[in-house]
Amino acid sequence: MTLEQDALKHFSEVSVALELQTPDMTLNIGPQHPSTHGVLRIVAQVDGERVTDVKPVIGYMHRGYEKIAEVRTYPQITALVNRIDWVSGFANEIPFMAATEKLMGIEVPERARYIRMILTEMARISSHLMFMASYPLELGATTPLMFALRERERILDLIESVTGGRFHPNFNRIGGVKPNAGAGPSQKKTVQDLPKGFLQATRDAMDELLSTCDQFDELVTGNEIFLARCKGVGIMPAALAADFGVSGPNLRASGVAFDLRTHTDYLPYDQVNFEVVTGTVGDSFDRWQVRLEEIRQAAYIVQQAVDQIPSGPLQAKVPKVIKVPKGEVYVRAENPKGEMGYYIVSEGGQGPYRLKIRSASYSNISVIPQLLEGVLVPDIIAIMGSFDFVLGDVDR
Amino acid sequence: MIDSVVEFLQGNFWALTALKLVAILGLIPVSGLAIGFAELKLSAKMQNRVGPYFAGGRWGWAQLLADGIKFIQKEDIIPADADRPVFRWAPALVMVSTVGLFVVIPFWDGGAVADLSIGIFYVLAISSISTIGILMAGWSSANKYSLMGGLRAAGQLIAYELPMVLAVIGVVIMAGTMSLSGIIKAQADFSLFGWSGFGDQPIANFISPFFILQFVGFLIFFISALAELSRIPFDMPIAESELVTGYLTEYSGFRFLFFFLAEFANMFTMSAIAATLFLGGYLGPFVNVVPWLGPLYLVTKIGVLCFLMIWFRWTFPRFREDQLQSVAWKVLVPLGLANIVVTAIFKVVM
Repeated sequence: MTLEQDALKHFSEVSVALELQTPDMTLNIGPQHPSTHGVLRIVAQVDGERVTDVKPVIGYMHRGYEKIAEVRTYPQITALVNRIDWVSGFANEIPFMAATEKLMGIEVPERARYIRMILTEMARISSHLMFMASYPLELGATTPLMFALRERERILDLIESVTGGRFHPNFNRIGGVKPNAGAGPSQKKTVQDLPKGFLQATRDAMDELLSTCDQFDELVTGNEIFLARCKGVGIMPAALAADFGVSGPNLRASGVAFDLRTHTDYLPYDQVNFEVVTGTVGDSFDRWQVRLEEIRQAAYIVQQAVDQIPSGPLQAKVPKVIKVPKGEVYVRAENPKGEMGYYIVSEGGQGPYRLKIRSASYSNISVIPQLLEGVLVPDIIAIMGSFDFVLGDVDR
Repeated sequence: MIDSVVEFLQGNFWALTALKLVAILGLIPVSGLAIGFAELKLSAKMQNRVGPYFAGGRWGWAQLLADGIKFIQKEDIIPADADRPVFRWAPALVMVSTVGLFVVIPFWDGGAVADLSIGIFYVLAISSISTIGILMAGWSSANKYSLMGGLRAAGQLIAYELPMVLAVIGVVIMAGTMSLSGIIKAQADFSLFGWSGFGDQPIANFISPFFILQFVGFLIFFISALAELSRIPFDMPIAESELVTGYLTEYSGFRFLFFFLAEFANMFTMSAIAATLFLGGYLGPFVNVVPWLGPLYLVTKIGVLCFLMIWFRWTFPRFREDQLQSVAWKVLVPLGLANIVVTAIFKVVM
């Protein structure tokens, strides 16, 4: 503790500290802790309940995907990238597919692009609902968990009815989507389309979802204790967020209206209307509000996409054995957690020479130590939780 | 036969006391299990779940019994670095406070184990003993999270004991006595400008005058009781998402069961005391004609208060430690002091 006289807030406080001369305690939060979303470890120096220094330690979940990808073929890598951010598996596939298709120069059919967009937005909804479930739980409220997970289950059921997988669909193929989408258990060779009744079921689910969002407003957003815990806690100015490469809802909560869905054309977002939601202050409450509003916007996108979806083939013409020409490409996409990008270096084989994955959570948590200095122990949880990271996405 | 037993008990002080203590020791697990089960089922209803279903064959009524048997069978784990005697005795001390509180609750007219003349003073003193047990548990566990949980519990006790005392003083001024049965009698004898009720039914048989006149005191007492019981929104000593259940982290098996049972039994006793002070205790319609209705009325009132506590628990997030302190010192203490002044003036004028 520095003891400059003019920096002292209250003299008696300091004299007590001088008399006792208590050393700070090292508190290891994680890697096994209920609120670290997996295996993040935070080494905090605490003076009583006040945090004086924070060091996050990552790497407990490093699975070496970038290295494994060098000895896999492109279709095999789809199965790997599913598992990076496991709460929004489908959305992880999209930028990788877009990057490969860009290198190969493939035009994806419009219907496939729409199916991809619907499922990506559903992945976004399910990811944000997971946040709606876990964040109040970290602040001590148990019931929103059940409301959010019930709604998420509906979305996962829809994803499963199309792709056969709830978490890891592995549904995209280079040049489109899996050709017998929704074929069900019969596994006939004939090309089938979306399962029967899927579009109507989706419309109903989105209506339900929008009313659940209103329930969340009533149960959580308006709660005085919730506001007391979140408002003004963990304020991240836009400049700080930009310095650390924060992206996604966390960046938008700081008031920066940056959304790759409006900037790039990897999916037909230009044909639907939606708002880029931004916050004002950049505190934990804004991050909550932005995600809640993004669920609504994603539901609107799905509603429009379901109405507009064109008919046509699900796959472009691609060779049986996929060989990517020599070259380099970087494609990025707006994932639920933020900006995700794949940098592929191809030497012209069946697999990439080098694959670099830019994942959102890694950049997002790098700013957290800046926000944690001087807060209380309960605020560590309140701030960390509001960033909604997934350790698989951090460590890859 | 029965007459001779009653005669023997009335003549023999020690036999009567032993019988009463056995009744209390039986009531603690029963009340704890009943409230615990109510919490399981009510929380399930609030969260669109079914809750316990299979144990016992119907509604899962035996779920907590099964849990208890499981806890007893478990290995008694004591961490290597723990302060062993302190670690072992902490749950017992928490339980002592629970048993001590049951002793003074009047379940019907004259139906308390010990009708102390300083009843409410005794309650306030004994209820803080459990915090010493929690502090011991936190200190002896040799775990940083447990230590923080124990210290939070101590800070919480200091912050909330005072508003609770201030809330009780209002009632004591109104009743003119500290005896719990005396406070109930004061409610039954209450008359407002000469009007004391309908015929032989006093006002307190329908709505306690203290509930209306001491409503602020009731709110302060209830909030303080929530904090003292470490229930959400004041469960910072446990705080599983921050402190990994705080002082309970290292406890398992039978010792954990003690804490668990004491928590629910304490909900029962604190509700009983709040009901006695502010809701008229065992008073209710026609209780002066049919005395055995008294315990039923008391249990109903306790049930309503416990339901409120359970409802809060499954609705609210928890406060932060410093916010709890500022609520206590900046809101509840001034409010309690103002309540005492207003009550004293009212008492003199009336």
